[in-house]
Amino acid sequence: MTRSIARGLCAAAAVALILSCPIRSGDAGNIPLDQRRSSYELMSPPTRAMQDDDTANPGTLWVLDGEALWQRESGAAGQACAGCHGDAAQSMKGVAARYPAFDASSGRPIDLEQRIVDCRVERQRAPAPARESKELLALTAFVARQSRGMAIEDVAGKDERLRPFLESGRAAFEQRQGQLNLSCANCHDDNWGRSLAGNAVPQGHPTGYPIYRLEWQGMGSLQRRLRNCMIGMRAETYAYGSPEYVDLQLYLAWRARGMPVEAPGVRP
Amino acid sequence: MARALINVPARAKRGEVIAIKTLISHVMESGFRHTSDGVRVARDIITTFDCTYNGVEVFHADLYSAIAANPFITFHTVATESGTLVFKWTGDNGFSATESVTIQVE
Ligand code: HEC
Ligand code: HEC
Repeated sequence: MTRSIARGLCAAAAVALILSCPIRSGDAGNIPLDQRRSSYELMSPPTRAMQDDDTANPGTLWVLDGEALWQRESGAAGQACAGCHGDAAQSMKGVAARYPAFDASSGRPIDLEQRIVDCRVERQRAPAPARESKELLALTAFVARQSRGMAIEDVAGKDERLRPFLESGRAAFEQRQGQLNLSCANCHDDNWGRSLAGNAVPQGHPTGYPIYRLEWQGMGSLQRRLRNCMIGMRAETYAYGSPEYVDLQLYLAWRARGMPVEAPGVRP
Repeated sequence: MARALINVPARAKRGEVIAIKTLISHVMESGFRHTSDGVRVARDIITTFDCTYNGVEVFHADLYSAIAANPFITFHTVATESGTLVFKWTGDNGFSATESVTIQVE
């Protein structure tokens, strides 16, 4: 019920955008590097203060849960993450800033969540935690927190093997889709800074993920955010963990290269 | 036990007004929602929050269904003497959590 109302609102909002401000031409293209802005800068001062203060940022609750899981021996291997990786402040520093990364065993990029699931399954020999589960969000938030303030690396630019996936992510970003016939670029490249039913349209950078979103009253991954945007476009969403999302995430990371990691971010 | 975060200055001057911030993990299930097959989800919220300063209550709040998950409660008090602040949350299904911090007043 609430869900269908929310969908209706998103759609209405998108329609309002089309009607009230004709979309700037689709070839406005990429945002110049020096004009890139995190959504953080569009947030109200109280929401920014909440993100900045670890004791007020609800994401910290997940980070602390992740830290406890990091230390806990588990799975058939009876190993803790810490047993192999030691102090996360050292071993995980900068890791989130270079994901999605190429994974040799699957021959394609995987995101940080998948990397953690792989260790859980293959190294700890434990059941795979579900996407968006409290456990996986907590571990991801804890690992990502170790990279806060570090610049997102240009992984796709450096690693040849990622090029085709980057291109497919770019194509997905620029492709019009869904019943509203919008592309991600229509909003995030061409109309950022304008307003959509009272909300500012951000540039759509992945810098804060996983985030605590006030509207969700909880933590969510970048894929959950992308799923929300696709529902707003009235497009068919992909299954969690699908390669289409990872390609988009790779393109978003490339587009945000050099911007600082904010995880865990707070968003309205 | 539920995870809670408390932010109280470690030291303060006598008579100084200090800000206290608390955040606790809790679903705050309102009791008004239904699952997709129409079953009502039972209410599960924190109902009271209480702060004592060396045994004296300095702040009390009753919470209701309209409060969002993971309640963040912030308030002020006057630093009167060195000692301990105790925070207690209680709620549905026997929920109870307690945290304490010390403060140095000079
Ligand atoms: C038995 C040892 C072992 C355990 C236990 C283990 N890992 Fe790993 N982990 C590894 C190895 C080895 C690699 C490197 C694998 C590779 O490059 O293919 C790795 C890689 C990683 C990476 C990617 C690092 C990078 O630089 O790209 C992350 C993130 C990670 N592990 C997280 C975790 C988490 C979280 C846990 C606990 C849930 C965990 N690991 C448990 C052995 C382990
Ligand atoms: C109709 C306009 C619109 C379209 C089309 C759209 N988005 Fe969004 N997007 C938004 C708005 C508005 C927000 C911010 C929502 C909020 O803060 O409540 C957002 C947020 C985001 C964010 C989060 C930014 C942050 O800092 O948290 C990302 C990433 C994103 N979008 C990516 C995409 C991708 C990828 C697509 C295409 C699949 C897409 N969006 C399509 C409007 C759109």
